[in-house]
Amino acid sequence: MSRETSVLYDAPGPRAKRRTIILSVVIGLAAVALLYQFVYKPLDAKGQFSMVKWGPLIDPDNEYFDGVWDRLWVGAKATMQAAALAIVFSALVGLVLGVIRILLRAVSTRRYATLPPAVAYGLRGLTWVLNALTRVCVEFFRGIPVVITIFFAWQLLGGTFLPVVVGLVIYNGIVIAEIVRSGMEGVAKGQREAAESLGLSSLQTTRLILLPQAIRTMLPALISQIVVVLKDTALGGIIVAGYEELIATSRQVSQLLPQLAFDQELYNPLQFFTIVCLMFLVVNYALSKLAQYLERRLSTKADAKPVKVTSAAGTGV
Amino acid sequence: MNVLWEQFPVFRDGFLLTFQLSFLSAIGALLVGTLVAVLRISPVPPLRWLGTSYVNLFRNIPLTAVFVFVVVGLPLLGSSADFLKIPGLDQIFTRLGIDLPYFRFSIIALSLYTAAFVCEALRSGINAVPSGQAEAARSIGLTFTQNLRFIVLPQAWRAAIVPLGSVIIAMIKNSAIAGFMGLYGDLSSRGQELVSAGVNGVTYPLIPVFIAISLGFLIMTVPLGLLLDRIEKNRMVKAR
Repeated sequence: MSRETSVLYDAPGPRAKRRTIILSVVIGLAAVALLYQFVYKPLDAKGQFSMVKWGPLIDPDNEYFDGVWDRLWVGAKATMQAAALAIVFSALVGLVLGVIRILLRAVSTRRYATLPPAVAYGLRGLTWVLNALTRVCVEFFRGIPVVITIFFAWQLLGGTFLPVVVGLVIYNGIVIAEIVRSGMEGVAKGQREAAESLGLSSLQTTRLILLPQAIRTMLPALISQIVVVLKDTALGGIIVAGYEELIATSRQVSQLLPQLAFDQELYNPLQFFTIVCLMFLVVNYALSKLAQYLERRLSTKADAKPVKVTSAAGTGV
Repeated sequence: MNVLWEQFPVFRDGFLLTFQLSFLSAIGALLVGTLVAVLRISPVPPLRWLGTSYVNLFRNIPLTAVFVFVVVGLPLLGSSADFLKIPGLDQIFTRLGIDLPYFRFSIIALSLYTAAFVCEALRSGINAVPSGQAEAARSIGLTFTQNLRFIVLPQAWRAAIVPLGSVIIAMIKNSAIAGFMGLYGDLSSRGQELVSAGVNGVTYPLIPVFIAISLGFLIMTVPLGLLLDRIEKNRMVKAR
């Protein structure tokens, strides 16, 4: 942190240090005052900090505590299951698709001079068509929102769990395929040339030489993609009726509580979402840190630069 | 594919609204994101912490949650985001001025969420500026703000344009969530309407609607993506 930004300003001297401390205190106080005035007071006036609203979530003695956390646990499990399945299948789809695209590119330069001309042209045409087809599929599904994919997967397939996983796999599989592809393209050119001059086939070159080296550099990008998948399961919650992940469960239970208790005071969506966001934050922050750590470790080795996916996908948004 | 011709006005209006939403949110995200980026690299530690926690917070929670917080939370704070009814601007983007607040809420949610990623893109741009530039600026006596304004940021913008572009593309796609969070009339809510509720009692088959809605997004995302690829390639040739 300090290493990369300190070039922007001089190391503070005693006067600058004093000024920084004074400034910090002033800014801190101002921030607290602003938060108090514009966030705490209006929320408090509406009773958003009362134990009536928070109790079911944080007070183990509360009569609703166990029920609420049972439901939240169900939601958390649904989120994790969908995310785990989606990431595993995305990785598989991504690996296969990425390798196919690399192979197609390697094959596309071939002229098949030993075969009769008709067969040779046929094979070249076939590679061209497959190349175009995969390219179009990738651009299509990468360019449309996951929400739309999930929504139409749901309308088409029905069910609750399946459409979410399918939607996530279609999008993230393609993103991972791009990560795999740029990872393998990032491997030093001499590696491929050496493998080919040893007489390895395209598939062998990819499987034995390129992929093992690329996996290492792809790891940070792959872990960041887990964060994206985890976040995107929440989309399933708002679209697919009946898929009860964390966000959907919170919505449901916060609407149910006041009806159970015959008390409108118990309506507490903000409190629920705060807790749910904290859960997401803890898990995703840990994963992001892991990705950063791996990236730093890998970048110390001169030959292995982590994959930078600069195109539409893979920014973690 | 009949639905595309029969219901063309529906898709056109949906596209225009999604476009407006994306455009305004992109401006909002760029403004907030630049501010957060400046905070993140400022010499005053609390400001730096503020910027870092903003990024860590918004990067790690789902956009859906941000939407829910804005849509549920702002009314609780007694606001329907009227500060976005900017005179003049609401003449061009008529949805800004209406009483129903969901368009404004969507802009706020999208801007806040995307700002975290804009900040990271800018920071990667700032890191790409050779440190000699900033050091030279310091050695001729420029202050931190002068350094940023005259030396670092103008160069960082150029290095950040490709990552920024990908963030904006992702944001355009994310804007589809708005249609499921109360906003009426954008591409995703229109698609939902056409296949489930129907227009004038007529529902349409899934696949054509899906393709038509997808086209609406692809019109925005694919050219932008191609442009970015081109810029990137040009850079690589120049760097060589």
